[in-house]
Amino acid sequence: MNSLFPTSADFIRFAPEIVLTVVGTLLMLLEPLTGDGKGEKPQLRWLAIAGLALAMAAAIFAYGDPGPAFNGMLLVDGFGTFFSVLVIGTGLLTVFCAQDYLIREKQENGEFYALLLFSIAGQCIMATANELIILFIGLEISSISSYILAGFLREDRRSNESALKYFLLGSFATGFLLYGVAWIYGLTGSTNLATIQATLAAGGVNPRLLALSAALMFVGFAFKVSAAPFQVWAPDVYQGAPSPVSAFLSAGPKAAAFAIFLRVFTTAFGSMADRWAPVFWGSALLTMIVGNFAALRQDNIKRMLAYSSIAHAGYVMVAVTSHSTVGTAAAMFYLASYAFVNVGAFAVVSYVAAKGEKHVGIGDFAGLAARQPLAALVMTIFFTSLIGVPLTAGFFGKFYIFKAALDAGMVWLTVLGLLNSAVAAYYYLRVIVVMYTHEPSVAVNELEPASSGLQFGWVAAAAATLALGIFPSALLEFASRAAILR
Amino acid sequence: MPESLAQQYFPLLVQILLAVLVAGGMVAAGLLIGKKVKNRVKEMPYECGMTPTGNARERFSVKFYLVGMLFILFDIEAVFLFPWAVVFRELKLFAWFEMVTFVVLILAGFFYIWKKGALDWTQTETSKAHKPPTALDLMLSDELEVAGRR
Repeated sequence: MNSLFPTSADFIRFAPEIVLTVVGTLLMLLEPLTGDGKGEKPQLRWLAIAGLALAMAAAIFAYGDPGPAFNGMLLVDGFGTFFSVLVIGTGLLTVFCAQDYLIREKQENGEFYALLLFSIAGQCIMATANELIILFIGLEISSISSYILAGFLREDRRSNESALKYFLLGSFATGFLLYGVAWIYGLTGSTNLATIQATLAAGGVNPRLLALSAALMFVGFAFKVSAAPFQVWAPDVYQGAPSPVSAFLSAGPKAAAFAIFLRVFTTAFGSMADRWAPVFWGSALLTMIVGNFAALRQDNIKRMLAYSSIAHAGYVMVAVTSHSTVGTAAAMFYLASYAFVNVGAFAVVSYVAAKGEKHVGIGDFAGLAARQPLAALVMTIFFTSLIGVPLTAGFFGKFYIFKAALDAGMVWLTVLGLLNSAVAAYYYLRVIVVMYTHEPSVAVNELEPASSGLQFGWVAAAAATLALGIFPSALLEFASRAAILR
Repeated sequence: MPESLAQQYFPLLVQILLAVLVAGGMVAAGLLIGKKVKNRVKEMPYECGMTPTGNARERFSVKFYLVGMLFILFDIEAVFLFPWAVVFRELKLFAWFEMVTFVVLILAGFFYIWKKGALDWTQTETSKAHKPPTALDLMLSDELEVAGRR
């Protein structure tokens, strides 16, 4: 460390975040200067899409020369690149799926896209963070933008409620995380994950205080991924937030939060896995049960998808609990498949909900297949993937997760998890049955055809779901290679 | 160069003396040569241009908070400039680039709030709403009362 000046390699490895920040700022600056007064700003939408595409290219390019950046603050490796590309892809899909909704609510403006890009920049930092402070900064950048996005409809009371609940509970949970980071620094004298790992492996650290700090960080992470018993915020936030934002929140920030969760607990705390594994075991089981059984009783589809997202966080927690390379790879594959499915499903919800999100009951989906066959078809693909039917991404996701759990000798957790997925089939199938067999509802009869952008979003998400379901090996091989965290 | 501690602090002593003199002189001059008027307004507890009593739960325009938040933002920028200035000579060009990045981002935010009209608070909703009487109103009503009695 002779000079503070970053090298060009540093900049290349940080390029996705730079692109996202610059384009996000540009969107913010152009926002007051554009607009035709009708609430449509297609030029900003295309700028956001171009920025995200450029950021994705930068992330892939950076992987050509993997390694640490900025004195070990960031680490560009397969794992980080996987999650960077995943969150940027989620963002791209969100932009396409949000356009109809935003135009309908007269809310298409630069702020939405700028906040989305800032949030994704934070998530990219989280994905590649190799140091607790940087990880925390990434998490905050991502979270603060997400809080504002959740309250994006300023005049809407539910949207405000959603943002406020998310903000208050989220800041509180972040406090736990930061306190854990402070303890770890006090115990090991470092915030660098590799150094912490080495210090802990060498021994001599007070085991009680170490367990305390790991527990504090667990609380912070578990909140962000909505794992039980820290999942209470999710239904209210996803229900109140604008549908495209709920789509994004349940995919992007969640994937990034799992990325840091996995990285911290497999590298820094890897040597004490036998001590944290029981806690994860309980949390995974509780998350699956709470999510699935609460989802059974929901009539509001956004709430149902929120509980379903809790349940799916539980499945990923099973993979994290197995604490193996196979488990990490399974979690990565699952999060990728889940991200596409969920953004797509929320996009269909935002379409049926119509202006002001009036029609969000499950009954409002009645007869969707008769009136809007494409919407019903893609929704069916998404829901079969969420159930885990073969030929969809969800099947292989669940398969790899439970295989990893069995390899790790967690037979009971596997059995209970499989029983949970059987329960989950009921509430997904219910929507499919309503869509295909019932008479069209008022809501469905009033639907205008979807725009080409929204249709593209649906088809892209559905195609990704089917592609991962039929040819999972390419992605899984990459994940298996990338899952070896040092 | 002043040698002893007393010499070093002598200018401070002079300044304190000057401050006491100016403040005390103003009060004394007011007492000696000021006009003495007594009316209701003059007897009221002092409050900057507002009616001193009233409902404690008065509602403030949201613009107050907006201005407050913007003030804190730009204040933080100034706070960051101080430590930067201290280490500037050691870090040289690196520090310059870092600060330029930071200031450009802050200026982008400034441009944004400016163009969005957050700094333009001439047309307020509260100006149309009912307002409690100000001190000036009270004074005027006092004078009208006096004129009526004549």
